[in-house]
Amino acid sequence: MSNPDGRSERVAGGLASVADSGESERTQIGQSARRVGGRQRVTGEQRYVADLPVDGTLHMKLVHVDCARARFISIDAGAAEEVPGVHAVVTAQSLPQPVARFGPGHADRPLLAVGETKFHGEPVAAVVAETLDAAREAAALVRVEFEELPAVLTVASAVDAFAPLVREPELRPADDPHRNSNTLSEWNFGWGDVDAAQSDHVIENVYTTASTTHFAIEPHAFMAAPDGDGVSVWSSIQHPYVLQRLIADTLGLPLSKVRVFAPDPGGGFGGKQHAKFEPLLALLAMQFGQPVRLVLTLEETFQAVRSPTFEIAERTGFLNDGTITFQDITVNGLLGAYADIGYRVISKSSYLACGPYRVPDARIKVRALLSHTPPATALRGFGSPQMAWAFESQMDAAARVLGIDRLDIRLRNLARKGEEIVRGAGDTLADGDWAESVTKAAGWIGWGQPLPEGRGRGIALGIKSSATTGASYAIVRLLSDASVSVMAGTSDMGQGARTVLAQIAAQELGVAMDRVDVVMGDTSAAPYDMQTSASRSTVFMGTAVLNACREIQSKLRTMAAEVFAVDPSDVDLSGVDLEDLLKRAFGPVYGEVIGTGERRGAYLADHPLGGHAAFYEFCATASEVAVDRETGEYQLLRHVTVSDVGKALNPNHVAMQDEGAAMMGIGQTMMEHLVFDESGRLVNLGALDYRIATTKDVPFEMESLVVENEDGPGPYGSKGTGESGLLSTAPAIASAICDATGAVIRDLPITPERLWRVLKERHAAPIDLTDISQTDIDRPKGR
Amino acid sequence: MRVVVNGRELETDVAPHHTLLDVLRDRFGLTGSKECCAEGECGACTVLMDGHAVNSCLVLAVEAEGHAVTTIEGLSDVDGLSHIQDAFLATGGVQCGFCIPGMVMSAHYLLEHNSAPTTTEIREGLSGNLCRCGGYNQICAAVASAAQTRLTR
Repeated sequence: MSNPDGRSERVAGGLASVADSGESERTQIGQSARRVGGRQRVTGEQRYVADLPVDGTLHMKLVHVDCARARFISIDAGAAEEVPGVHAVVTAQSLPQPVARFGPGHADRPLLAVGETKFHGEPVAAVVAETLDAAREAAALVRVEFEELPAVLTVASAVDAFAPLVREPELRPADDPHRNSNTLSEWNFGWGDVDAAQSDHVIENVYTTASTTHFAIEPHAFMAAPDGDGVSVWSSIQHPYVLQRLIADTLGLPLSKVRVFAPDPGGGFGGKQHAKFEPLLALLAMQFGQPVRLVLTLEETFQAVRSPTFEIAERTGFLNDGTITFQDITVNGLLGAYADIGYRVISKSSYLACGPYRVPDARIKVRALLSHTPPATALRGFGSPQMAWAFESQMDAAARVLGIDRLDIRLRNLARKGEEIVRGAGDTLADGDWAESVTKAAGWIGWGQPLPEGRGRGIALGIKSSATTGASYAIVRLLSDASVSVMAGTSDMGQGARTVLAQIAAQELGVAMDRVDVVMGDTSAAPYDMQTSASRSTVFMGTAVLNACREIQSKLRTMAAEVFAVDPSDVDLSGVDLEDLLKRAFGPVYGEVIGTGERRGAYLADHPLGGHAAFYEFCATASEVAVDRETGEYQLLRHVTVSDVGKALNPNHVAMQDEGAAMMGIGQTMMEHLVFDESGRLVNLGALDYRIATTKDVPFEMESLVVENEDGPGPYGSKGTGESGLLSTAPAIASAICDATGAVIRDLPITPERLWRVLKERHAAPIDLTDISQTDIDRPKGR
Repeated sequence: MRVVVNGRELETDVAPHHTLLDVLRDRFGLTGSKECCAEGECGACTVLMDGHAVNSCLVLAVEAEGHAVTTIEGLSDVDGLSHIQDAFLATGGVQCGFCIPGMVMSAHYLLEHNSAPTTTEIREGLSGNLCRCGGYNQICAAVASAAQTRLTR
């Protein structure tokens, strides 16, 4: 390739050759590149934690008792220790004292139960043996003598002044005002003066949500092994760097001596954000000088992760024309025995309890309550679907009382782009043309068109505050053959982060997708990423990768200028053959070009959420149902979600995430709920008794649409997505059911039995549909 | 026990309570079949035994004695993916991937017995396989597309 006139060559190749090389190589942004790692997933080659080789590994089995709150009288491990191959039966008493406690935000969860269990499934002991068979056999032989104590299982019992305390006061700070109660934390949000607001009608209702579990198809799996003068931990975890810090703190090691491997999780949904048994495994692996592994059963995952239960009381003021005048909201979130990240689920979701609407005055009182139930944690939507259940059901109630169309009342109050949602706090303004999503959903479902008897339509909106703070770093290496290695600490649990990050690198550096490798899941290989949650990765890590690639571009311009002896400003990289350039620049000794990038969200210590939302996830959902009044059974005929995504970097991935979220929302709306008996036992443990949606529950017609105005803070105008599809599933379906039957439901899930009961009660007392407010407990009040 | 797995005759010692899934994963290192519910509800462990789709977590290892078992590892040709696997990638049916080996095996069984399934039949055929990523639409589309490919090849 000669360069006779000394000017930079516009050589065919690089980006141009990719763009021209046909459909199979098209990797550019906005196109549906095939999933990176997809091939391994369809062939069974993909290794999840439980698939890692187990030679020389000790196996752990946990020991439980059959009630929520058990005070130990004695633990007899004699028979268990006799089982051949058993290394140890570990209890809290045999661990270093005081027993280490851990948790994000609140270090309250002990490695093993101390003195008493706080929830059904909290491990009393852990058996470690050479084989899983031996560990199982021995675990069944551990005799625990215990006294069952009264348990706090509901919001009502948690707030009862005479209820037993879940948390021992001596474990709480001396200046904790809630020390002698079951309140973990309280928050008060709001603006304006609710009491001075003038309204024509006030609608007042209480809504409840069910406790649901994540049911990732991959049960949580962990392993730990001594590694030189440090430790290595394997976990199906979403936040490997949070885990790394926790293990370092637990063992007194520097971060550099703790290596966390996080093989791509088989589904996370928030349940795999934070550590569960990794600190115990790491401690024992160091003690035994051998790797130790633990794979939970599905039943044990039910006892490890669930969503908080909410009781949300809303008093909402309206003018006769449907304009919202105020929101007065009380949120009680039942947290479970330990705080995990559930306390933040409750506070962060409540912060947007008024929804995507213009609310002039708001008062939001929030409590996170401790209970003797499994610790609640993040679950797709992070409490936002529960908030939407309440505020959207209120909108429907108002529409009924005021005789206004349900779509119209929403559009009347919906914040337009640039308007405040949370007022007076300098927070992120409404960042999308949300009405566009709403009208698109309404159009798809055929809003306003006649329907046959027994059918109904509903529409509901949802909003979620995205990631607020924290850093994501990326290193991108352009290797000497012009292939690319992207090092990013994000976890790909199915959302497709590998693919999207590879697409960004491919786009920016002009290489084909199959020449990009994304290195993840190893804290010693990829730089720090705060977490994989809150739909943050496309915006945060995507920007970090983009910035790293831009640094490489800058270095390449300098390199090309030197190689071709031109001014750097004359270099057009789109015409450069990268491999040729690198060859010329490095010669026979080779080299590489490295770029680093970052995206930080400022930490604001005095902000209730620690920082402003980088963007909002907004979704409009519309449903059509057919209801059998005799049985309460109903079918979801048509269902659509319209998400405001800024720019779909990979439309196919966006569709599968949004439809997947909708399917999860459909399950949560129609069937999912954890059932506790009076002893706090989880009675529907396992796949037989806890039902999730199957192929047979897919609506007859279903679509996920997007609005793309390229107005997001991420690469190419993108926003995060992946949770939006379930933000407003429940209120949309409930709205459709009410449209079909007049039945108003305020408690989730809407099982056929629950609907049948409401229909039966309505049948017993015939109703006047012109004054539906008399038949439910909406209470119109003049002011 | 002796069993033919993916065309190879294999032999191992098992305890009476070991399942076919235990043996495939722990003895033969065939970890493509996944364990989730361990009670025959989720379908992640689906394999073919003498051509029939079974939940390998519900089959005792000794019951598999002398039978022919096909796992996900035995499905792709040496030179590439089966048309079902390819269709799963093309339609975007794969998210986290944990359910996918079982899904692919169930889809394979379905198409062996019904070369042109309707949407309802596809949904019925895959109803024993849970996907929590919720990608049922794309998965069903993949099976429909694979059926088309089989008919036209």
